[in-house]
This record gives sequence, C-alpha cells and structure tokens, in this order.
Amino acid sequence: MKITLTDFDKAFENRIRLQIMSVLVANESYDFNSLKDLLAVTDGNLASHLKALEKEEYISVTKSFLGRKPNTRYVASAKGITAFKKHLYALENLIKQQKG
Amino acid sequence: MENKEVYDEISSIKNIMERSTRFISLSGLSGVMAGIYALIGSWLAYNIIPEFLKPYVFIPDDKPGKELFNKSNVNYLFIILLIAAAVLLLSIGTGIWLTSRKAHRNRQSVWNQSSRALLSSGLIPLLTGGCFIIILLWQHYYMVIAPACLIFYGLALVAASQYTYGDVKWLGLLDVILGLLALMMPAYGLLLWALGFGVLHILYGTIMYYKYDRENNAD
Repeated sequence: MKITLTDFDKAFENRIRLQIMSVLVANESYDFNSLKDLLAVTDGNLASHLKALEKEEYISVTKSFLGRKPNTRYVASAKGITAFKKHLYALENLIKQQKG
Repeated sequence: MENKEVYDEISSIKNIMERSTRFISLSGLSGVMAGIYALIGSWLAYNIIPEFLKPYVFIPDDKPGKELFNKSNVNYLFIILLIAAAVLLLSIGTGIWLTSRKAHRNRQSVWNQSSRALLSSGLIPLLTGGCFIIILLWQHYYMVIAPACLIFYGLALVAASQYTYGDVKWLGLLDVILGLLALMMPAYGLLLWALGFGVLHILYGTIMYYKYDRENNAD
C-alpha cells in the first residue's frame, strides 16, 4: 500500500503544533498555562500555534474565570482528533513500509 | 521523511501524552518513609498491649474473653487508633513535603492537572474505605479493620496509578491480596498490615527511588 504524502497533515508539520494536538487528544481539555509549562514555550509562541490550530478548526477554546483569574481551556474537536489519528497512522505506516 | 525523524516524531507524541497526563513528581522516598512509620507503628501497637490480652484484641465483643479486654482500665483500642492516625498523618505530611521538593527541583508545579486527577481518582476509594472503617469501629467489627485498610488503600493505588507512575498499580494489587489474606486469617491481621504498609512500601519506595528519583539529581 502506497502512502501518499497528502496523508501527512500540513498543520502538524510544526513540532509544537503536533505536541499541542497530542496533549489535547490525551486529555479532555487543557488550559493555556499548563500547555505553556508543559511545552516550555513563550506566551506569544504558544498563542500563535493555537490560533493556527483553531483556524483549521482542530481545536476549540473556552474562556472563563477562576475567581478573578482568567482561565482559557482548549479542547480537541472531532475534526482535529480525526486529523491527528490520520497523521499518526501515516507515520506508523511509513515505518512499517520502510521496514520492508 | 527520514526514518529516524519518523521515530522521533512518534516518540515525541507518546512522550508528551504521558507527560501531560501523569504526575511524575511523586517521591519514591516518601514511600520508604511511610513504610518506616508503619513498621514503627505496628511494633508500638503490638507491644502496647499486655501479653495476656494479645489474643483478645481483634475479636468481636460477643466472643469469650472480650470482657477481659474491655474491663482493663486502659482503652487499648483508643491507643491503637491514635497510633494509626499518627502513622497516617506523618506519611501524608512527609509525602507532600518530599513530593513538593522533587517537583520544585524538576521545575514542575505540584498542583496541576495531573496531580488533581491523581488525587480525585485516589480519593474515592480512600474516603469510602475511611467511612467503612469508621462504621466498622462503631459496630465493633474489629477483625475486618486491618483487611479493610489494605483493600481500600490498594484499590485507591490502582485507581490513581493511571495518573502517575504505572508501577504503583502493582503495589496496589499486592495490598489488595494481602488484605484478602488478612480477611481469611484474622489472627494475622496486624502482621499482614505491617507487611502491606511497612515492608512493601519500603521495597517499592526504594525501587521507585532508584528508577526515577536518582536520574534527576543526586540526593
């Protein structure tokens, strides 16, 4: 079975974006600051990657308040989870193929 | 894409998924300390009861010989409970302290999504067990208390193992088995309690310390 290059999602070409998606697939939701701590990136860097994923409709955002502190939570959308899984399968198949 | 790049990509995905769901600042050393407290507590509890009363400690009120135990001036049961409470509080306190220290060293937060999940998943069996034991005490079913401690604690560990080191699951299962054994052999209740909370914790704590704590920093 030939794996076409289109099976790899352009949105996940960036390592940080792939990691963000991985976290949101493994957890029901995750908040901005926890993502920042986990991925060790700056506010701005993280925000731009999240915006890109939001644009693809792979994730959705909910802004609320925890007392007086703003809390921004992200959830992977069904579309995003499907795209992620597809990307993952493509990666695994590539290894299987190259193993011969 | 190069083969190595693909491997790197897949392992980075797995790695970040684990890191985002599991609380890995749990200190193995705190397991060792809890084990030591439990052994000391068991030894104290065993020796505080005078020799002639030892056979009657864990039997219910309606069994012969219990009047002897109940007539004694000192409330041994109360003392044993105090010892148990002290072991519990010391273990929790030491655990929190050592875990916070480890988290700080790893530059991770103690209170985050994974630690919250860890606590909430473990607290349900734990609180249920606590209520169960209190009711047992109230109804004088003393023989079931040591088994109940081991079983509910073991179940709590199995539940919580999802959100921290997976190895904890095996300690939980072993404690459940010891608890069931204690239920079958009431005379060995205290011994099995000491084994499950004392010896096993020292063993596990040491293994976890060498497996996880040392790689980060020499203690």
